Order: sequence, then C-alpha cells, then structure tokens
Amino acid sequence: MNKPVLRLVDIWKSYEDLEVLKGISFEVAEKQVKVVFGPSGSGKSTLLRCINMLDPPDKGEIYISGQSLMEPSVKLNKMRVKIGIVFQHFNLFAHLKAIDNVSIGLRKVKGFSKEEAHSKALDALMRVKLVEWADHYPAQLSGGQQQRVGIARALAMEPDLILFDEPTSALDPELIGEVLQVMLDIAKAGTTMLVVTHEMGFARAVASEMIFLDEGVIVERGTPNHFFESPKSERVKHFLRQIDVLYGRHEELLEPSDREVNK
Amino acid sequence: MSEAPDLSTIFFYIITRGLPNTLVLTILGLILGFVLGIALSLMNVYGPIELVWLANGYEKVLRGIPILVLIYIFRWGMPGLFWYFENSLDRALASVALALALRSGAYQSQIFRGAILSVNPGQMEASLALGMTRFQAFRHIIMPQALRLAMPGWSNEYAVVIKDSSFALDVGIFEMTKAANQLTVNYPQLLTITMVVAAILYFLFTFPITKFFGDRQTKKLKDLGMGGN
Repeated sequence: MNKPVLRLVDIWKSYEDLEVLKGISFEVAEKQVKVVFGPSGSGKSTLLRCINMLDPPDKGEIYISGQSLMEPSVKLNKMRVKIGIVFQHFNLFAHLKAIDNVSIGLRKVKGFSKEEAHSKALDALMRVKLVEWADHYPAQLSGGQQQRVGIARALAMEPDLILFDEPTSALDPELIGEVLQVMLDIAKAGTTMLVVTHEMGFARAVASEMIFLDEGVIVERGTPNHFFESPKSERVKHFLRQIDVLYGRHEELLEPSDREVNK
Repeated sequence: MSEAPDLSTIFFYIITRGLPNTLVLTILGLILGFVLGIALSLMNVYGPIELVWLANGYEKVLRGIPILVLIYIFRWGMPGLFWYFENSLDRALASVALALALRSGAYQSQIFRGAILSVNPGQMEASLALGMTRFQAFRHIIMPQALRLAMPGWSNEYAVVIKDSSFALDVGIFEMTKAANQLTVNYPQLLTITMVVAAILYFLFTFPITKFFGDRQTKKLKDLGMGGN
C-alpha cells in the first residue's frame, strides 16, 4: 500500500453536551478514494471540518503526510495548503471571476506570479471543462458549474488530499452528473480523495473503501462490493434501502464505461 | 455689488465662492470618516471585548452630539488644536473637517460593521481552507465584498455630510450657505431667490450622485449575487 496521506487516530469532538465524533480512526493512502456516508447528524461534515482544523477536534491525532496537525507549534495555514476542500454550498468568492477564484490561492498563498498563477488556474479549469467560463462571476454560473470551479480551486493548489463535503447535495438533479463526472475524472487521474456523499454510483465506481458513520462512530467499513452485496449491520441495510428510494440511482448519469472501473 | 444681480450671477457667485469649500469639507469629512469608520468597525467585529466597548462607546457619544456643538468645541474650545495652521480661516476649516469626520466615522462604522457581518461566513472558511491567514482572508476576500455591500449606505452618508458642511458658515468659512447668506445681506430683497438657488445647488450635488452611485452599486451587487434582492 502507498504511504498514508491522511491518518486519523481516535478523533473525538463535542459541541457543549453533544458528542458528535466518538473515536474515529482510519487512513487514506496516496491516490486512494474513500467515501464516508451515513445519516444526517452522524458527524460526517464535522469530521471533515476537524481534518482541516476549521473545527479542531477535542482529542485525537491527525496526520497529513506524516505531520501532526494537533501540535501547538504547527502552522495551520501552511498545513491547510496540503488539504483541499470542496464545500456543499461551493463557497466561491462572490466578487471574483472563476479564473480569479482559482488563482487567488496560488498567488496569495503559494506566491506564484500573476502569469504563472493564471496559467495554472487555466489548467485547473480545463480539467473541470470550464475554460470558456473563466471570465464569469460565480453568480453567472449554474450550480454545477460553480461546484466545478470549486473543484478546480482545490485542484489548482495541488494538495496532498482533497476533502469533499457532500459536493452534489445542494445541486438540482440534472446538474449532479457533470460534477460527478469531474470527480470521477480526477479520481482516476490519481487524486487522493476523502468524499462525504450519498452518491452510491460514484462510490461504486471509484471508492477503494466505504465508511459508514452513525452517531459519531464507524459502524461498518468495507469495499463497495461488500456494502452492495452483503452489508452486515441492520442499520446499514436500512440506510442503503432508504438512499435507493430517496436518491434513486445516479449511476445512469455516468458514462457506462465508468461504472465498473472499480473491479 | 451695487446693481442687484440676476439669476445666473447668483448661481455663479455661490458656485465660485462657496462650492470649493463645501466640497473640501465634504471630501475631508468623508475620507477621514472612512478611515475612522473602518478602524472602528474592525475593532467592533474582530477586536477583544475591550475594543468593542471602546468602539461602541465612541459611536454612542459621537452620534449624540449636535454637529454645531462639535464644531464649537474644536474651533473655540480647543484653541491650540490646529496651531500649525497660521491662517485663522484654515484653523476654522480644519476644525469643521475634524468635527464632520469624527461624527461621520461613528456612522460609517455602523455601515461597515453591518457590511462585514453580512458577508457569508463560508467566504472566510473557504479562504482559511485555501491556506490564507485570517488577515489575508480579510484583506483579499472579506473586505472587498464588505466594501461593495457598504456602498449604497455609504453614498447616503455622503448626502448627510455635504449638507452638514453648511454649519461651517457659523465659524466664518465661505462655503455655499455662507455665500448665499452673504448675498442676502447685501440684497435682502433677493433672499428667497438666493436661498432657492442654494437649495437647488445642494440638491444637484446630492441627489443625482447618490442616485447614480446607489443604483449602480445595487445593480453590481445583484450581478454578483450579493446582498439579496
């Protein structure tokens, strides 16, 4: 196995009396894609916010490429460069064009010149097929296009790992496919990804492991095949049935060739 | 001035003799008030509790004092304040500019505070997640958006300051109201027409500018999907 890019050891997090995460541990190795899923309120988003320390955990260890984030001496803004994140509600910078949304981190954080940053940002927009929309403001883009800019913004920084926080759940159904396609493309290109999603088609296509979270603990983990063929706990079976009813099957939105690449 | 002036002469006189100082006071008051307002709003939003108290206290006090009282305090109450201006009229001008700025700062602070707070919190999170420091996030992401959001309210503040600059006549500064007043002293029979001209000039320098500025900024905000509908 490749070296772990992300290693979580016994992560605990509570908000006042509410315990949200109760001892989460797992690893994501280089070029791996792992999917975290579970009912709402299970702690999935909190977990991602802990990983990039927007909400530091109360207890536990987080290692990014071997470096601990919990040590007081660590420069968080330097470490966050290694962790991209794609938000549920995109959080694009409203006053900046698509190209500047992607290049501002390169310029202000990574110190690239304007020209270098611009050409790297164009490359990233090319990967999400939005080059011709580079000069549009977020409000002029569809939700799917905005989320693809969000993905480009994360990609351009060349992080060790990209976190996805329910990237398609704020989108109209007909826009989900284009975002999933981009995510599949970058997954297959070797991007290390930790994805919180209920898109089981995506999970089936590229996840090397799926992690089912409920009430702050990992209830069950395994390959997509394990979950779709023979899940163990009743909780998981029930949840997967519900998802099928509520979300339908988005596999149909993906190109046929992408469905079985996981095998 | 022996013969009674006609309408265009009245316009010309008020514009040439009064308008420059009116604009100088308005611009100084707005710009210094802008710097002060930004500083106060930052203290208010990001500062420790002591600075929040200080900023709030300042705003409450300054918003509770009539502008003329402030002008008198700086002009007559603190005679040494602008000692480095040799000319007495310059000292008067500086006193009025300071009074306008200190009070406008208290109001502008409220405008900017509201604007900063209405920038979506997700913008700060996305900036930090990219690896920016809090200062970088504020400088490159929050502030540019907050300034845009503040502009409609800010153009309103311009309308307030330009009209309040007329109080400067009371410490001998020759601005538009003083110029109009001077005409009515020499030609009392022209009082009504002179004051109507002054009113028209104030209106022309207030309404079209705030309207144009406000509409343009509101449209821009809408295009950016900011600031609701």
